[in-house]
Amino acid sequence: MPSDVDKVFKALADPGRRLLLDRLHAENGQTLGQLCQRMNMTRQAVTKHLKQLEEANLVATIWRGREKLHYLNPVPIHQIAERWIDKFERGRLRVIADLKRKLEGESDA
Amino acid sequence: MPSSRFVYITYIRTTPAKLWQALIGPEFTRQYWVQTWQESQWKPGAPWKLMIPDGRVGDSGKVLEIEPQRKLVLSWRNEFKPELRNEGYSRATFELEQQGESVKLTVIHEIDKPDSKLIESVSGGWPLILASLKSLLETGKPLEETRHWPKGH
Repeated sequence: MPSDVDKVFKALADPGRRLLLDRLHAENGQTLGQLCQRMNMTRQAVTKHLKQLEEANLVATIWRGREKLHYLNPVPIHQIAERWIDKFERGRLRVIADLKRKLEGESDA
Repeated sequence: MPSSRFVYITYIRTTPAKLWQALIGPEFTRQYWVQTWQESQWKPGAPWKLMIPDGRVGDSGKVLEIEPQRKLVLSWRNEFKPELRNEGYSRATFELEQQGESVKLTVIHEIDKPDSKLIESVSGGWPLILASLKSLLETGKPLEETRHWPKGH
């Protein structure tokens, strides 16, 4: 099952793959070539990571003309959030996250 | 030409026939798509309209491609917000593909224009509507947030 939650957590358990997701979050709809730029990884490694992200449904690919474009698919992360982050907790967690961000500076990492 | 595009893939435990009916049937869309419904003959070239509960036309266009239970492509222009209407026609593609006990639903909404306000707007709406569609088909209940047309819109 491609939407299997195990696949999602496995896919997220790698800093390189999370970086690829961050890059798509910054600019959605990139080609493999674009994603390889400024990555400290071989093209082969990026291809492999993207395949794993796609199998976990975290990345959606579509063909437009001769280009294969990669999009961040927020569905699995949304499902995880729905399952474990109760609606009532969300407000409190956001306050804590905001506080942490203010104290530690703006970095996402 | 640079374009703006929204892409969403979700897996729904249902059949292509049921999902297709849920996508176009007014009795279904009213439940998960903020009380709206579509009017069309559902044939290639036929006009298409998304109706808002107060009687206004929300969006309109044409059926560009239709292959029941597999693929639907609509041209799509917003009709009630001038700044969105001015962007002209976008294209919405729905693809259904059986995968094991689920149906993979791919939704692509795109326009041949960079930084589109329409695509920005639908990118906020589609995730909620499609999550509600999944919930309706899998549990019989849509999400609470999508039961009513948002006030003041």
